[in-house]
Amino acid sequence: MSASNEHAHGGSKLYLWVWGWLLALTAVEVFLAYIQLPANLMLTLLMGLSVIKAALIVAYFMHLRFERLSLFLTLVPSVVLCICLILIFFFPDSLRMQQLGTG
Amino acid sequence: MADHVEAVATGSRWGGGVAPYAIGSKKLGMWLFIVSDSLTFSVLILVYAYLRLATPDWPTPFPFSPSIIFASVMTFCLLSSSVTMVLAVAAAHRQEHLRTVLWLLATMILGSAFLVLHVTEWSHLIHEGVKPFENPWGTPLFGGTFFGLTGMHMLHVTIGVIYLGIIAFGFGRRKFSSEDVEVSGLYWHFVDLVWMFLFPLIYLMSVKPS
Repeated sequence: MSASNEHAHGGSKLYLWVWGWLLALTAVEVFLAYIQLPANLMLTLLMGLSVIKAALIVAYFMHLRFERLSLFLTLVPSVVLCICLILIFFFPDSLRMQQLGTG
Repeated sequence: MADHVEAVATGSRWGGGVAPYAIGSKKLGMWLFIVSDSLTFSVLILVYAYLRLATPDWPTPFPFSPSIIFASVMTFCLLSSSVTMVLAVAAAHRQEHLRTVLWLLATMILGSAFLVLHVTEWSHLIHEGVKPFENPWGTPLFGGTFFGLTGMHMLHVTIGVIYLGIIAFGFGRRKFSSEDVEVSGLYWHFVDLVWMFLFPLIYLMSVKPS
């Protein structure tokens, strides 16, 4: 990293903030498990929180926010697209299995 | 980042040899590995979700106390190890060798703590009769998905601890550059990121109804 880049990184204070947010979001997740919501609502909330946590880790800990936009545009959409393709091709089938009662 | 990367990155677009990402080849290589590994984990998680959706009476065997609290402590260890790692990378960029090695050691200790806790949990479950293809709660595949997912992640953490050990040794002896520390950091944060999905999906979605 060049010296000018180093300043843009915000330093260890920023990292501690991100750590605090990650711990807080994890605490919210554990609390959700404690109060035991209906499964669908629970799954939606947990996945939403986990995506936020993943984004925080990728953006700040893995420095992707401070890299060129071209790197982000190469990596993130390709992963998201692949996961969506897997979801589209596999998930309808698991719901069909449920309806058939062949579990 | 090495000087030649900067020079290449700012070179003329028509002069050839322009680096579109302005990062070193090691870092780009690690990013590409992370892309492929994240798809490996995605598929494993989707297989778990598929089996769970298609099975009417999937077991939810983890009581909030102690299982979930235990897993939360493991999560805390792994999250904290990410912070010590990021501080190691920052120290490496400032060329503070001793401090880098100490932060890397702290990261390894937290990673090992995660592993020890995880192995403890595994041995408790195995004592309760949970095996890859049988368990006391019905649905034999429960054990297979549990050990498959957490085992794959444990393998990554184990490799990560060894990797960080090698990097700490090499950087302390001035054999490796700060970019090598940064690349190992990318790997470590990725392992942490995967746990951010495994923890809610395996543990928090399987709390034993009280």
